Amino acid sequence: MIRFDQVYKRYANGREALAGVSFAIADGEMAFLTGHSGAGKSSILKLIALIERPTRGQVFIADQNTAAIRPRAIPHFRRQLGVVFQDHKLLVDRSVGENVALPLIIAGMPRRDIDKRLRAALDQLGLLTKEKCLPLELSTGEQQRVGIARAVVGRPRLLIADEPTGNLDPELAQDIMRLFKRFNDVGVTVVVATHDHHLIERFGARRISFRDGQVTT
Amino acid sequence: MTMAVIAIAIVLPVLLNVFLVNVRGATADWNPGTDISVYLDKRATAARVQAIARELRTRSDVAAVKVITAAEALVQFRQQSGFGNALDALNDNPLPDTLVVTPALSAGTPHDLAALTTLIGAMADVQTVQVDTQWVARFQGIMDIARRVVWLTGGLLGIAIVLVIGNTIRLDIVNRRGEIEVMKLVGATDGFTRRPFLYSGLWFGLGGGLLALALCAVAVGSLTGPVERLAGLYGSRFHLQGLGPARGLMVLGASALLGWIGSWLAATRHIRGIAPT
Repeated sequence: MIRFDQVYKRYANGREALAGVSFAIADGEMAFLTGHSGAGKSSILKLIALIERPTRGQVFIADQNTAAIRPRAIPHFRRQLGVVFQDHKLLVDRSVGENVALPLIIAGMPRRDIDKRLRAALDQLGLLTKEKCLPLELSTGEQQRVGIARAVVGRPRLLIADEPTGNLDPELAQDIMRLFKRFNDVGVTVVVATHDHHLIERFGARRISFRDGQVTT
Repeated sequence: MTMAVIAIAIVLPVLLNVFLVNVRGATADWNPGTDISVYLDKRATAARVQAIARELRTRSDVAAVKVITAAEALVQFRQQSGFGNALDALNDNPLPDTLVVTPALSAGTPHDLAALTTLIGAMADVQTVQVDTQWVARFQGIMDIARRVVWLTGGLLGIAIVLVIGNTIRLDIVNRRGEIEVMKLVGATDGFTRRPFLYSGLWFGLGGGLLALALCAVAVGSLTGPVERLAGLYGSRFHLQGLGPARGLMVLGASALLGWIGSWLAATRHIRGIAPT
């Protein structure tokens, strides 16, 4: 599903975030990307979501070389991808329901189908009663669940998450991780960047460690 | 605020245009043709007048000759000039018999016209020959310039409207940068992201246009009374014309279009520049 081939990433400020990274994640696999902050985890996720482009090397997503995806095609590419952010990135002036339905509205899905999918996603994440709430009326854990609902509402084959439990207490963090596991159980490839070792140990999934922009394991 | 600026930018050329249309309306019955007025000697008899007219009609470079007797001229003058009361103070008719000669089209060049004028002037019992076209031509020259000034002003203010709306939209985009980033992250195209900004540009334009029409109506309304009183003093029944529904709709359409163009330019440019990080 994901293949990095000798990928280098140097930012405009001269910082080298990735220095020759190669790894592959199979279809339907669940993997943790670990390492200290600045080790290159976030850069990996940005390259997967085409937020950044590699300076050198190649990134393949679903057997497609991302270098061949032109800027105009990026929106369509991102619709096949679910992304969960540490800071949720919710639209604070829109209701939970509108936030979760956003990817479907953008994709131009008919209203009736949107309602169905929205209900299903809210139900999966225990948010059915919160549909009309504004994000800021919810707890951090609930906001994160809204972010996850938005990421999965389009039923992507690949779900990536950047420190999804960074702001949560251990118990909530574990709930969130269980959710990811559940999506993985139904065939979604899940990639989670985290520095929470306890969590990783509890969920015996594959682990790819980074240090100074290189893969160590 | 934006709408008020737009409204004022629109109302200026629109009012100028209303002014011009009214001036044109008031002067529409002024003959712009190249008729020659031939004023006859006051001592010429009615038979002599008809004879001169007949003689001129036989010429190939004359299309028509109209006889206006002194009495007819007085009635006409009384109606059109607004000096009717002043005429009543005179004992006898100061006006001469007049022939209005319309040259044939073949005599349309200034040279032919001058020759004809000289020829008529040399005829017996003819006192003065006047070609009425010159001042009408001058007046129309002024009107042409004024019309062009309206278009130029309108064009410049149109550009100003595009810029004002573009700037408002740009600020809106800057304020909603976070939201736009999120939309792009979940797969929104630039076109999809741009759409609401285009709508708001369109509304700015329409709103400004409506406000401009209201201002215009107020301006015309406040001028109608004084203008009609002034016209009345000249014995005229001139009526100040407003914009009218057709041109009002045109103004609305143009302002909406300008709003759309302004927002399209700003949104296309600034949304492209926003990339999620």
